[in-house]
Amino acid sequence: MTALDFYGIDAIGLQRREEVLPGRLIALEGTDGVGRSTQIRLLRPWLESLGYAVVDSEMTRSELAGSGLKEAKEGNTLGTITLNLFYAADFVDRFEHQILPALRAGFIVLADRYIYSLMARALVRGADPQWLRSIYGLALKPDAIFYLRVELEDLVPRVLQKHGFDYWESGMDMRLGEDLFESFVRYQKLMLNEYDKMSKHYHFQVFDAGRSSEEIAVQLKQAIQPLLPNG
Amino acid sequence: METYGLHQYPGKLFVVEGVDGSGKSTQIALLRQWLVSEGYTVFFSEWNSSPLVKKTTRRGKKKQMLTPTTFSLIHATDFADRTEHDIIPPLKAGAIVLADRYIYTAFARDVARNVDRQWVRELYQFAVQPTRAFYFRVPLDISLGRILSNRSELKYYEAGMDLELHSNPRESFGLFQKRIVAEYEKMIAEYNLTVMDATLPIPEQQRMMRQLVAPHLEGIRRFRQLIPGTELEHIAHRADIVHSTSHSQ
Repeated sequence: MTALDFYGIDAIGLQRREEVLPGRLIALEGTDGVGRSTQIRLLRPWLESLGYAVVDSEMTRSELAGSGLKEAKEGNTLGTITLNLFYAADFVDRFEHQILPALRAGFIVLADRYIYSLMARALVRGADPQWLRSIYGLALKPDAIFYLRVELEDLVPRVLQKHGFDYWESGMDMRLGEDLFESFVRYQKLMLNEYDKMSKHYHFQVFDAGRSSEEIAVQLKQAIQPLLPNG
Repeated sequence: METYGLHQYPGKLFVVEGVDGSGKSTQIALLRQWLVSEGYTVFFSEWNSSPLVKKTTRRGKKKQMLTPTTFSLIHATDFADRTEHDIIPPLKAGAIVLADRYIYTAFARDVARNVDRQWVRELYQFAVQPTRAFYFRVPLDISLGRILSNRSELKYYEAGMDLELHSNPRESFGLFQKRIVAEYEKMIAEYNLTVMDATLPIPEQQRMMRQLVAPHLEGIRRFRQLIPGTELEHIAHRADIVHSTSHSQ
């Protein structure tokens, strides 16, 4: 059972409606290219083989705001406050239309990023921390938060091998460096720093993303097992 | 990020608020005419007008997929885009910004939809505090009459159909508007709104509005002529320079 526990105001009114959420909410966090989706690919069939129904939910893929957000990021007029709120709209749509119904129906929800990544990217762009905590205060506290932690030196080759440096993942909107590489290094350093700060505050369970994906999967399974309804 | 009440800009921001059919848009259009004829640089900004967010809002409304919370967030996103493009830069440049509906519209509508009162206020923390906000107060039967008599169909969210207050859209609209008015009334003291009697003749309301706006125009420069390029550079470098330079006629 996912508890009706929030970081801030229960703006959606789940407590008022006395919601019962027999599912489990597991958040997978970590910066770009750290291997979150690989882990979800490995965890899903394992959970299903144990008989649990699984839903995975990925950031910026909401039905409401996913395409609008993508389009807005391709233009050149998007301000930081607007982008932060666009992300929040995307998150809440995902939360109300994917995550909550799945939890009500007893699914295991694997969230590929939750509010923490959204807060990290907003914080490094100068958003007011109090404002962010208030907006995202409506989110349920997950049953577990797994943080795939990577060192910057390990991140660079991973990203290069995958798809190279991307405008937003390099924080180019922040004008941190001369080129994609310089900007990427500075931006990701700031991001990793925010994650580390949040790690203590929100009680992340930290996993070393430098290990092989098989090794990490074994560790994650061990951490998930006791959370399961019949674990 | 600067938050409500902390922004310090040389420009002035006037907003009009009130339910549909209160006549606020007519009044702000007349105010705009007057300010322009007086030689001021006026920038006009309307509710729900961000080109970036438009498609998403339309999609959400058309498919009726908006919950009270996402309705609130998508409008806040729209408003943020307006703030970052239409409101803050002109205010920094020393212009007069007029806004037809502002954050109070969101507070009234969202709380009428049962969104938490405090949460939605914190959501809009980034907004610039207006120089003066006019609230056009009108008895509900008058505003409803004005809207319902010349509208054959009400839209789903406009009528508050998502709240399931009534199965008839016109009845639902009335009940929804009643809730909105109740929220506006509470905000008068909270945000020091200037109450305007919207049942008065249009010219009389406008005369009062101009009287209330005039004292705030002291020291605001009038741009009758093109600004020399060098001066524009100064403005770009130091927005506050607008304060200290003399009026150019």
